[in-house]
Amino acid sequence: MADWFSENLVSILNGFAIGSLLFILAVGLSIVFGMMGVLNLAHGAFYLVGTYLAYSLLDDGVTWGGFLGALALAAVFGLVAGGALSVMTEPLAKRPILDQALLTLGVSLIVAEVLSIIYGNDVYSVAPPPGLDDRVDVGDGSLPVYRLALIGIGLVLALIVYLVVEKTSVGALVRASVADREMVSAMGIDNRKVKVAVLGIGSALAMVAGVLGTPVYGVDPGLDESVLLLALIVVVIGGLGSVKGALIGALVIGQVDSLGRALLPELASFILFGALAVVLIVRPRGLFGPRKVAS
Amino acid sequence: MSAPARPTTPAATAPAGGSSAVPGSRRSRGRAPLRAVPALAVLVVLALVPYFVGPDETDILSRVLIFGLFAVSLDLLVGITGLPSLGHAAYFGVGAYTAGLVAEHWTPNAPVPVLVAAGAGAVAAVLTGWLVVRSDGVFFLMLTLAIGEITSQLALQLDDVTGGSDGLFGIPTFRIGGEPLRLEGYRYWYVLAVFVITFAAVWLISRSPFGLALRGIRDNEDRMRSLGYSPFRYKYVAYVLAGAFAGIAGGLFAQFNRIVNPSDAGFALSAITLLALVLGGAGSLWGPVIGMAVVVVVRDYYGPDLGGHGPLVLGIVFVIAVYVLPRGFAGLAGLGALRGRRRGAVSAHATDPDDPGSGAVPGTSSEERPA
Repeated sequence: MADWFSENLVSILNGFAIGSLLFILAVGLSIVFGMMGVLNLAHGAFYLVGTYLAYSLLDDGVTWGGFLGALALAAVFGLVAGGALSVMTEPLAKRPILDQALLTLGVSLIVAEVLSIIYGNDVYSVAPPPGLDDRVDVGDGSLPVYRLALIGIGLVLALIVYLVVEKTSVGALVRASVADREMVSAMGIDNRKVKVAVLGIGSALAMVAGVLGTPVYGVDPGLDESVLLLALIVVVIGGLGSVKGALIGALVIGQVDSLGRALLPELASFILFGALAVVLIVRPRGLFGPRKVAS
Repeated sequence: MSAPARPTTPAATAPAGGSSAVPGSRRSRGRAPLRAVPALAVLVVLALVPYFVGPDETDILSRVLIFGLFAVSLDLLVGITGLPSLGHAAYFGVGAYTAGLVAEHWTPNAPVPVLVAAGAGAVAAVLTGWLVVRSDGVFFLMLTLAIGEITSQLALQLDDVTGGSDGLFGIPTFRIGGEPLRLEGYRYWYVLAVFVITFAAVWLISRSPFGLALRGIRDNEDRMRSLGYSPFRYKYVAYVLAGAFAGIAGGLFAQFNRIVNPSDAGFALSAITLLALVLGGAGSLWGPVIGMAVVVVVRDYYGPDLGGHGPLVLGIVFVIAVYVLPRGFAGLAGLGALRGRRRGAVSAHATDPDDPGSGAVPGTSSEERPA
């Protein structure tokens, strides 16, 4: 057991790093989805914007100033983009969910194509900021320090999101909106404003995840789709509208992806979707989703 | 019954005064022969098209019909049964690979590959459907997504059979009586013939008592259950039929395109087809064909002129359409009927936003709320 652990420690830590990134990416999607029923298919495109932001600011040499600047810009851009998307979905609020999917997928296609017009279709890699670009020995292998840092960043962000959602009055509003939107609006709260805020923050987190993920996954025009699929899997496994679910889902998927690739390389590509199918068969509403649905 | 599974176009719930039990339907049923006239006119125009356009345009039209047929098969699930699938391309892919292998190793003679592809699509849907049709709403969306991705990964991994990431290539084109169909026009007519037969089959199914039960389940599953119907059994059969029809479209595609890639079973095709359905008006059967035509023409015909940025135009079309055409292209026909005379369910639905059948309820129902 100890041998196995030390052999696979790299994969396990790597899985936690991927899980942290996935949590940052997926938590906004989950709350927006659970709360407002907005299936934001542009979430992956927002991640892509983050990676190109990082690329633009860090292409001439990676500095802490550039990295933090990219993070700050990503947060601002994300807030604006998410707010704008929220306003755009408002006229569709009473229409079927597929109409919103049509809108957000349209936005996603436009964003991805505009990025490809500006930056071309080449794949780039970007180094982590100075000091985090070394590797450290863990167990029988070595891991980039940046991935360990990513675990820390993910845990801090998870803690912040958890405290905000569970312990503050704003968070109570968000949870109440997830549970019963009509009741919240009947109590005199304009849930359109709540939606603008939540979609804005969720999109900001997606773009921040894009910047944070660039040293890991690089810059690739096809990332928007693969990242969106991953985030959707996390959200569904964890259950809609649950912060805890998004965290557990992200960690599970991080481990499944990383350990799966290390232990069963020939099955790696099935494992993610296999895990999704298994969870949905055993717990049709996700691990932390609503137990029983009133009909 | 979940909101995502709700019909996107009420105009389509009872197209042009169809056989549903609403006042006025009796009157319009008498006009059935008259209403067949536009359909026949469209058919004649479609049959004559190769005489008037060039070979490239004919090929694009064949593509429109093949993917249009796929959209029709998805409409049987989404528009008629209320099951929005994000993995329907799996059955298209299964049909395409099957037809490709049959044409390569057994016979490319029509209609053998397409028939075997239909069988393969149905078998794949039998195996997977019993699992997925138990879920609904977003969870149905996600389970089907998983099935689509697993299928596409299988196609990638089983490279002895499927050619892996290179795809299955060198598939012989259609043959009739041993003669290969070398001319674009002949291939188009064969595709058109299969399209018309399959479309008619789906249309008849959607008008049959079985199809009406499916619509009933879509609109109010609990009520249908209390009336003694088994929603599971109906949904399962619909899922298998949709898989078979998707297999037919895939089978046509294999011999037309002569190469099949893992991405032909993947997320992109499923997603774009689902959106073509919304664009065209789900539930109307013909609307999705128009929606798919827009997608194929923008992506495959104008795409090269746009420097490969066809998706940009598609994105803009989707964004505009969702505001301008709330019920898709099929909704435009509904408007025409409204302007003419208030007949049947079309105008009743189109004018009454409070009608629960019009899908005008909030985006999510009780679905995502804990009890």
